[in-house]
Amino acid sequence: MSAAHRRERSVALAIATLAAVLALARPEYFSPENLVDLLLSNLGVMTTAIGTTLVILTGEIDISVGSVFAICSVAAGAAAVRGAPLPAVALVACATGAVLGLLNGVLVAAAGIPSIVVTLAAMIALRDALQWTTQGEWISGLPDRFQWLGLTQRTYPAAAAIGVALIACAAAWMLRASFAGRAIYAVGSNADAARLAGIRTGRVKGAVFVVGGLLTGVGALLNAVRFHQIPSNGGIGLEMKVIAAVVVGGAAVTGGRGTLAGTALGVVLLGAIGPALTFLGVSAYWERALQGAIILAAVAGDAIGARHAAGARAGAAAARV
Amino acid sequence: MSVLLHAASITKSFAGARALAGVSFDLHAGEVHAIVGENGAGKSTLIKILSGAESPDAGSLSVGGASIAALTPPLAHALGIATIYQQPSLFPDLSVAENIALARERGGLWRRVRWAGWRSAARDVLARLGVAIDPDRLVGTLTMPEQQIVEIAKALATDARIGIMDEPTASLSGREVERLLAIVARLRAEGAGIVYISHRLDEVFRVADRITVLRDGEAVATRAAARLDRGALIRLMVGRDLAAVFPTRSGAPGRVALEVRGLSSRASGLHDVSLDVRRGEIVGLAGLVGSGRTELAETIFGLRAADAGSLRVDGVEVRIHRPDEAMAHGIGYVPEDRRQHGVVLPMAVAANATLASLDRVAPRGMIDVAAERRAGERAVRDLAIKTPSIDAPVEALSGGNQQKVALARWLAIEPSILILDEPTQGVDVGAKGEIHAIVNRLADRGAAVLLISSELPEVLALGDRVAVMRQGAIAGVLPRADATADRVMELALPDSRRAD
Repeated sequence: MSAAHRRERSVALAIATLAAVLALARPEYFSPENLVDLLLSNLGVMTTAIGTTLVILTGEIDISVGSVFAICSVAAGAAAVRGAPLPAVALVACATGAVLGLLNGVLVAAAGIPSIVVTLAAMIALRDALQWTTQGEWISGLPDRFQWLGLTQRTYPAAAAIGVALIACAAAWMLRASFAGRAIYAVGSNADAARLAGIRTGRVKGAVFVVGGLLTGVGALLNAVRFHQIPSNGGIGLEMKVIAAVVVGGAAVTGGRGTLAGTALGVVLLGAIGPALTFLGVSAYWERALQGAIILAAVAGDAIGARHAAGARAGAAAARV
Repeated sequence: MSVLLHAASITKSFAGARALAGVSFDLHAGEVHAIVGENGAGKSTLIKILSGAESPDAGSLSVGGASIAALTPPLAHALGIATIYQQPSLFPDLSVAENIALARERGGLWRRVRWAGWRSAARDVLARLGVAIDPDRLVGTLTMPEQQIVEIAKALATDARIGIMDEPTASLSGREVERLLAIVARLRAEGAGIVYISHRLDEVFRVADRITVLRDGEAVATRAAARLDRGALIRLMVGRDLAAVFPTRSGAPGRVALEVRGLSSRASGLHDVSLDVRRGEIVGLAGLVGSGRTELAETIFGLRAADAGSLRVDGVEVRIHRPDEAMAHGIGYVPEDRRQHGVVLPMAVAANATLASLDRVAPRGMIDVAAERRAGERAVRDLAIKTPSIDAPVEALSGGNQQKVALARWLAIEPSILILDEPTQGVDVGAKGEIHAIVNRLADRGAAVLLISSELPEVLALGDRVAVMRQGAIAGVLPRADATADRVMELALPDSRRAD
């Protein structure tokens, strides 16, 4: 527990340092317009990252979320253009994501294909299928009530942020306090031991892919309502943003370890740093390099920490003997 | 007669558990020296030390008369020691010639490999062994016996003078065994020294010049094979005091709780296994490693599929395909490999203890934290688990306490049938006694217990009856009065004459 929280503390410290630097050098970074802009552009990332955290906790990976995001956006837009009421539009986005997640989940859990392969194939195939279906055309002519989910430009950011926060809290609570959460951690830590304890590991893995797809749909919807058009090539690179945030937040890519609080901090740090560079007058080309460095630092910190822990354990074992 | 290899007073412990204590062993040129002993007697540890895979805590090694300070696998290789493990350690996607070449190649990474030379060298070596294996075939396409021969060819190609063979015939059939024994005889005639480890005593008597018996980490005897017979050898292997350190139990067993009938599986190597376990009864399941005990347990628990046979629980026929179905019938299974399968190491003690009974602490899907803490505290109290707190990760606990957590997980489902697979392996003496008491208590409360153990005294002392498995079948079931170490061993040991 303390080891996990150590990572969250260090990410929080990095955010605080960044904020302090910006407050001194570029206080205009904290203007309401900029903060709202930051919030809106990262809500979709955060929602998707919740699902990806669950997937990674079971020891699997989903790199198809960018393509799923694009399809859910277009599906929601298509429904809206055809005059579907807002709840139906939302349902279409979520159901599309859940069905695509189910497809991934079945191939991983039932067919036993490694998730990196399944979701790589899904990532490519789904994106090309979308391009072919839309012929590259963007969806435009969205009805007014689709914009800002029927709210106003002023009220939407707060409402959406509260919604995402509620989803995150519900998921965090589920991980902490439910049978399902316990099963997710157990499967990711040691799938064999979990199976021997009567947990149906295939179902658990399948379920996290479905939830991951569903949340990607929610993220796509929250993102789409900000614009007048919906691109047929949205979500490119989303999977990397999301996985980076989860990893920086302290989740082990091998599964079994990680928290949603860590993921949220990871999204904030990686989301805030790009615009911060612009404000600080650093070339935007450095953004990706810096993000890479942060990921490397986080994982290297892990490796060093693990070695320390192993040393401490060996010491404790020696003391017992 | 020159001494090729000499090990003096070798001592080795793992995490405080003594594996070898002052074992001395020597090997002459032109000799086959067999090492025999029960499971856990220290054979594997001795092989690892002789091949440089492990370094001894105390004792000395010399090869060809020269003292060796620290033997490592590359040094052993350079000194002409070749180890042939039970499971061939070959590269399946490389050809036979490439595998042989890799064992032999020395020098920088950038020098050119002369494949033509290697192909002919491989052909020569295989011809010396009197076998016809195409050097260009991929090793992955060879049968297990053929792979074993490639291992031996690798050793020959490096001009090894010392061969260490660990259960080389374990996966071979009668004719293949003959071929291997002929190869061993040929190597001996060429002046090599062979360390030969096998459970098949008839083979040992056929090839060995001398036999060293290991028991509980000590070399109890080294004798000329000609001066021993099968009975005397078995007595040396098992002959120890069955001190009355085991708690005794009263009470007659009740009706049959678990009925296994004609269970067979090609994939798991089980042949027509039938076995009963009654309520309040402990049935010990003895047998060598690889005799099918774990496979039987895993088949009952739904981890492996059976081709034929039936299972009855309390007289009712059941079909079990998954662990949760087995659990629904009141069956629990404490697996053999505690770190890999028994517990989830990074998880807290309480979470581990309740993992199989989550439906009790999380009746409607949400975990009742108070109930979970109570269950964790009860487990710690009932099983005397030594842990800083119920929130400590299980990996912080000692082996014996980890095993108690694994047991606690299954006691929590209040099983009517509990299968224990090597419950005291790698556990210190104190915890071992406590685990025995827990198992006895469970049986006294009316559970049916199937206890798999490689430790004969444990099986003999705890088991109301002892079933012995051999090569995937039940070789015999002995009532407590007839279950002696000699009889169990006699039933457990395979015999090439009986095998296919």
